[in-house]
Amino acid sequence: MSKLWQEFKKGVTIENPTFVLVLGLCPTLAVSTSVQNAIGMGAAATFVLLGSNIFISALRNFIPDRIRIPCYIVIIATFVTINEMVMKAYFPALNRALGIFVPLIVVNCIVLGRAEAFACKNRVMNSIFDALGMGVGFTIALIIIASIREFLGNGSLMGIPLVKGFEPVIMMVLAPGALFTIGILIGIINFYHLKQKDKKEIRRLSCHGSE
Amino acid sequence: MDLSNFIMIFISMVFINNFILSKFLGLCSFIGVSKETGPAMSMGLAVTFVTTMSSIITWLIYRFVLIPFNITYMRTISFILVIATFVQLVEMFIRKTSPHLYKFFGIYLPLITVNCAVLGVAVLNSDMFFVNGKAVRASFWYSAFQGVCVGLGYTLAMLLMSGIRERLDLCNVPKALKDFPLAFIIASIMSLSFLGFNGFKF
Repeated sequence: MSKLWQEFKKGVTIENPTFVLVLGLCPTLAVSTSVQNAIGMGAAATFVLLGSNIFISALRNFIPDRIRIPCYIVIIATFVTINEMVMKAYFPALNRALGIFVPLIVVNCIVLGRAEAFACKNRVMNSIFDALGMGVGFTIALIIIASIREFLGNGSLMGIPLVKGFEPVIMMVLAPGALFTIGILIGIINFYHLKQKDKKEIRRLSCHGSE
Repeated sequence: MDLSNFIMIFISMVFINNFILSKFLGLCSFIGVSKETGPAMSMGLAVTFVTTMSSIITWLIYRFVLIPFNITYMRTISFILVIATFVQLVEMFIRKTSPHLYKFFGIYLPLITVNCAVLGVAVLNSDMFFVNGKAVRASFWYSAFQGVCVGLGYTLAMLLMSGIRERLDLCNVPKALKDFPLAFIIASIMSLSFLGFNGFKF
């Protein structure tokens, strides 16, 4: 059980698809204008990731190695189509807001990346938890970016206005704001990592000194 | 066929709705390959070629297969398969004719398959130039031209970005911002300046 929990946790933290692996940027940046869109996109991507991971890991011994990528793409595209139809039928407003990015989940690097790096080598149960972890990690990253952008660009969160008399920075909900936000966020994470590395280095050196 | 429509598509796809800088399609390769001008240029040309050809092929499939059989919900699957096959073909061609170029592209050539810009333009064409399941007049030419323009816009953004990043290598930047984060911030400033094209009206 703890192994499965590990698979889940790594997607959220040390192998976060957006902040650490820097994968699947296009939908991340395009739909993070509001928190609602971010949650919708995250849920859709998680669904596709789960479906494709289950099928690919179940079929991993039957798919010939040389044509595996086309096979993966067909499986992923099937789930994207299912997702597209469900969304059109039950969440038309969300479907309109996400627009072209609903069919484009098929070319989201995260999905194909997990198929290639994880699902084709591991058992179904592990793949399910890996997919869930990656999906949740992606959704959390989306929500973080979206809340920063929605708050600064619109003065609201989840569509609820938070501060009165706040002049929103319209740039933040437009294209430049997205690129700027993710640049700064990755920079902050790098800074944190560098600092930790420095600390380790200092500790190592001081240990040597005392010997 | 109206000439002004073509001009509008050109200006819209290269400047106003530049796929990278205002629609975020094809960002992965944009950030990954734009370190030097040479590879950036060839990547741009490869993408232009693929977007053009895939717009043509997917238009034919949409018009003559998906609509007559009433299976437009198969759009995503059929488009991505055609594009994947086509990219494979281009890859084989480049490997045979120019091994040097092939090595330059590295992992990014097969990645054109999962380049959002290519599938994006195919989906956009089928949304824009088909009304209620019928092709609008001259939609084939519009689609093909839109493919070319998307590729040109991509190449333009790539060239600008790689030129800036080449110079940036000589600068002293904060350690934490090196590479990716700085590339994003530069892209953000470029995108801000491209917003200025929004005023274009016809």
